[in-house]
Amino acid sequence: MAIDFDSNLPIYIQVMDYIKKEIVSGRLKPGDRVDSVRDLALHFGVNPNTVQRSLSELEREGLLKSERTAGRFISENEELIGLVREQMATSCISRYVKEMENLGYEGEEILAQTAYYVKERDNDNGEH
Amino acid sequence: MTTENTKPLIQIRGLTKSYSQTTALKNVDLDLVPGQIIGLLGPNGSGKTTLIKIMNGLLRDYSGEILIDGHRPDAYTKSIISYLPDESYFSDWMKASDALKMFEDMYADFDGAKARLLMKRLDLNANMRIKSMSKGMKEKFQLCLVMSRKARIYVLDEPIGGVDPAARELILDIILNNYAEDAIVLISTHLISDIEKIFDDVIFLKYGELAMHENAEQLRAETGKSVDEVFREVFKC
Repeated sequence: MAIDFDSNLPIYIQVMDYIKKEIVSGRLKPGDRVDSVRDLALHFGVNPNTVQRSLSELEREGLLKSERTAGRFISENEELIGLVREQMATSCISRYVKEMENLGYEGEEILAQTAYYVKERDNDNGEH
Repeated sequence: MTTENTKPLIQIRGLTKSYSQTTALKNVDLDLVPGQIIGLLGPNGSGKTTLIKIMNGLLRDYSGEILIDGHRPDAYTKSIISYLPDESYFSDWMKASDALKMFEDMYADFDGAKARLLMKRLDLNANMRIKSMSKGMKEKFQLCLVMSRKARIYVLDEPIGGVDPAARELILDIILNNYAEDAIVLISTHLISDIEKIFDDVIFLKYGELAMHENAEQLRAETGKSVDEVFREVFKC
């Protein structure tokens, strides 16, 4: 599960984003212990100070909490996690809708196209 | 993990070095603090290797000042710097095992068992003659030796230049895995895009002068570009 980094953007933001997705999707669970800075740095192939910064920012946002001796853990504040998940979804949707509008689709059409796509995809998946 | 307010371990002031016709380094000032991986970047002939050779006590007739942990380059600074030169310094008659022994004799901080472990990871055999190694193999072997010292400063001159792209990730992994967290790792390279994600700071040298010393993340945030792209702009012909 390596990150395909875009070197035009600060790496720490990309690492943050990745960990956030792991948390809001539930792949990392509330109360789970976070790997050490060193291990994460090796895992992503990036500088340990970069990982340190990502984790500090996530702590500031409340998604991680640090316990002095035991290490870092995923927040158990599920309300906050839900909120962050919704924020991320909103920003995803807004990018998507903007793209669709660039293609000339409007409100109801976008909904219809999306519903059709999801239905077809699920049908396709059902056949396999 | 160290913080920003650490005292510099390497201090360079007005460093200038001229060869008979040309000036290789012109009035370079640098402060390098521990706990950082630093990219020393510049095209060929920009003074990277000259700077590295001065740090390692191989060139002495310079002007200005360079202090490493408070010392001018000497026997003490050699004992705390682990140096990967841009060319092999082993004799052809040697086997890898002879070179291992040489490092064991020369450096108190050398961990032979670690070196053998790294060699195994890179498919290198201690019975091989240095002469029979390819350029890439020699580079990998030297990196194993250099990263098996517990040094306070690692100076790596073009560590990935001669290895194929597939081996580069592995080399980066070995660097990240083996340096002490409070060490300085100074890496000179012209293959920036392959390696930029491991840098804290980047230093650009242009015709022997310091063109930039900046935090890599800050550079990305400010320009919206990769270090590699910024480099190409600074050094556009």
